[in-house]
Amino acid sequence: MIRSDVLKTLIPMISDHFVVCNIGLPSQELHMLDDQPTNFYMLGTMGLSSSIGLGLALAQKQKVISIDGDGSVLTNFGTLPTIANNVADNFILLIIDNGSYGSTGDQPTYAGKKTSLTAVAQACGCENVIECAAEDCADVMEQALTGDKMTIIVCKCESGNIPVPVITKDPVTIRDRFMTALREKNAQ
Amino acid sequence: MDINDKLVADLVANDVSFVTTVPCKQLAGVIDKIDAHPDILHIPSNKEDEGMGLCAGAFMGGKRPAIIMQNTALGVTINTLATLIQYYRMPLPMLISYRGELGEPVACQVEMAVHTKALLDQMHIPTFHFHRQSDAEEFDKILKYTFMCNKPVAILTDASFWGGY
Repeated sequence: MIRSDVLKTLIPMISDHFVVCNIGLPSQELHMLDDQPTNFYMLGTMGLSSSIGLGLALAQKQKVISIDGDGSVLTNFGTLPTIANNVADNFILLIIDNGSYGSTGDQPTYAGKKTSLTAVAQACGCENVIECAAEDCADVMEQALTGDKMTIIVCKCESGNIPVPVITKDPVTIRDRFMTALREKNAQ
Repeated sequence: MDINDKLVADLVANDVSFVTTVPCKQLAGVIDKIDAHPDILHIPSNKEDEGMGLCAGAFMGGKRPAIIMQNTALGVTINTLATLIQYYRMPLPMLISYRGELGEPVACQVEMAVHTKALLDQMHIPTFHFHRQSDAEEFDKILKYTFMCNKPVAILTDASFWGGY
């Protein structure tokens, strides 16, 4: 399974949740598969999906899922100690680890070589780190969503991409509809 | 009023309730008071662009954020300022210690000081420079301005403002 296959299996359980999605192909794939006001698409700023998601989770009570990639976590390694030391039990970080920089031509990352992001997250102090195969990701996500514990999921999958259109929505529109949906949900 | 108390009181009066910090000696007093304040969630970050990501999330979650950082880190935040904070139109007060100005003992700090205002100017970031303690009287208005216009706004605080090193 490649990343877009993993995302497809996740749609039924994440569709109604607040999702911060990583720059490039992950956001474009999610946008094509299941565009929702509850999705915050990153159009730029590689590496910050987990930081935006943690900030969101700490600021309010709805569950927040950050979809990140191995390359992006490597770019912003400092995020893992911050997450570990500021536990938000409404936060799930999903690292789709295909061992490559997918959006730039599948160049290999160090996570696909000697570096284990699962071990790094644990060494940083993250307490609930689950590494899973792509086929099991949906089940692991479902369990994480039903539990009330901050969870880091490292989903190992194959490298590869499908053709997807770029997102042409205005960033302020993406941000505004996301904030409106979140505000309404928190007011319920 | 002590200058650290004044800055924190203005943050709280403007509903700033989420602050991320990367430490600086000059800002140590403000950071201590932010950490101790019951109305502010203080999340230290490891790098300034990471901190801006946290602030972006907190803003979308309904809190007013702020970042405290050194001017030497401005370079690593340029992409984040352009493609996240400015592109999505988010407010972000940046309380910055302006190292490398008069009184600076460390020569290398001057190397980024000479680029600081030029970078902020190039990014079209409204910039205020606190040189004397009385300049902080405008802090309250600067915060109101930031959340009115939904932009990153820089407040440079130099060594003279802090009374030396």
